[in-house]
Amino acid sequence: MSVNATKQYEQLRISGLHAYYGESHILHGMDLVVNRGELVTLLGRNGAGRSTTLKAIMNMVGRRTGSIMINGEETMSCAPHNIARLGVGYCPEHRGIFASLSVHENLTLPPVVRSGGMSLEEIYSMFPNLYERRFSQGTKLSGGEQQMLALARILRTGANMLLLDEITEGLAPVIVEKLGHVLVDLKKKGLTIVLVEQNFHFAAPLADRHYVVEHGLIVEEVSADELSAKQSVLDGYLGV
Amino acid sequence: MSMIFGVPLAVLFGQLLIGIINGAFYALLSLGLAVIFGLLKIINFAHGAMYMLGAMVTVLMFDAMGINYWVALFGAPLVVGTFGVLIEYFLLRRIAGQDHIYSLLLTFGVALIIQGVLINWFGVSGLRYTMPDVFKGGVNLGFMFMPYYRAWVIVAALLVCFGTWFVIEKTKLGSYLRAGTEDSQLMQGFGINVPLLISVTYGFGVALAAFAGVLAAPIYSVTPVMGSSTLIVVFAVVVIGGMGSIGGAIITGILMGVIEGLTKTFYPPASSAVIFLVMVLVLMFRPSGLFGKEA
Repeated sequence: MSVNATKQYEQLRISGLHAYYGESHILHGMDLVVNRGELVTLLGRNGAGRSTTLKAIMNMVGRRTGSIMINGEETMSCAPHNIARLGVGYCPEHRGIFASLSVHENLTLPPVVRSGGMSLEEIYSMFPNLYERRFSQGTKLSGGEQQMLALARILRTGANMLLLDEITEGLAPVIVEKLGHVLVDLKKKGLTIVLVEQNFHFAAPLADRHYVVEHGLIVEEVSADELSAKQSVLDGYLGV
Repeated sequence: MSMIFGVPLAVLFGQLLIGIINGAFYALLSLGLAVIFGLLKIINFAHGAMYMLGAMVTVLMFDAMGINYWVALFGAPLVVGTFGVLIEYFLLRRIAGQDHIYSLLLTFGVALIIQGVLINWFGVSGLRYTMPDVFKGGVNLGFMFMPYYRAWVIVAALLVCFGTWFVIEKTKLGSYLRAGTEDSQLMQGFGINVPLLISVTYGFGVALAAFAGVLAAPIYSVTPVMGSSTLIVVFAVVVIGGMGSIGGAIITGILMGVIEGLTKTFYPPASSAVIFLVMVLVLMFRPSGLFGKEA
């Protein structure tokens, strides 16, 4: 396979995706594509359906219709525990750190799904705080440390596509900056990243492309080099 | 003979021993309930029936096939645990996520069916199970006589309780269980087969009850209704300890057995009510239980 073909490899293709929580219809026909090695953001207001999109990919919503292809494989009928095995790492909003597990147990909880993940040593050297506090209860960490832990634990599994939901929410600027460096590193390693982000200033310099979500639909697609030209359009959607 | 508060020491220790033995049964049974509640979020009203099945299977395996006590100690929990897995797979799974009342009624119904079928076959008068020869007799400890089998019950129950606690609190498998108790959806998102984990957990929880049933077979009367009376007390123990706490279930179980035994010594009329009295007090002053987390 040539380098060019690898670059065009479609890791995720969502078409005509509808998702429901009970009676509420949240996604109304989402279409998006993420290529291998890309960092793509889902921008939009609260309640637009960005987090639901990630959950729908993970098969964590009530009902879904449409199509979600991962590595060219249709996943709509996949059981939730088989999605991760396709190389997907999910970091939920509010982080999902387990209170009854130590930091170390939290870190080693998700099973390794592919080879090529980071080793514990690599992870602990990337996040020295986690090593120092590895025997603490997971939720005794600071918010920033918990976010690092939530991210670190899916790096160990060898997942090559990360779905990250609002990872900078409520964190101090210095932590946000550190997370930015981590994402740049991960991108260099060739990981595919889908980032749901409220903080546009965090996402803008990192991302290759942006999708704007509104009322459960993609309403705009902006690539990194169109950012300045479409800034006013984006401002309109995001209300900044 | 020395006395304490007008009670001969030998009587006091005798009642204490019975208390500890009853406590060991309470601990095994409430432990299973706590394990099941933690992950499945259901109150298993079929738990008493599973305890009874453990004892019945022990007796029937011996009568029909000559399978001895030691094999039954592992075999009966295995049989009942497998039965539990089937119940989870074919029944409980269908009502997962529904209101508590559904699982309560369903497990209660399952218990009544099992009990009814067995009454139909065996009546309520009780089956005889002969104690293995090795346990016949006992030892005089000076202050009291200790039957070997009673000592064995305490040791075996404590070993199994501690082993269960160890597996849940200190091992990788246990970390799955603890994490699943908090957020099973996220666990599944990490690639863990949570439905399988739930089946196995339910099977293991009822296997603990069946193990208690095997231990009970040589000393209690084995009847299809033996579980239903025990279960009421065990539920009170679970309420006192706090739902879902593993260590709490074990400690509270033994503690309540001892309190019951002491009451039997000093004020016998209250002995069958004392656990419920403690339950009322705990509910008044610490509603989440002695070891439960404040909701």
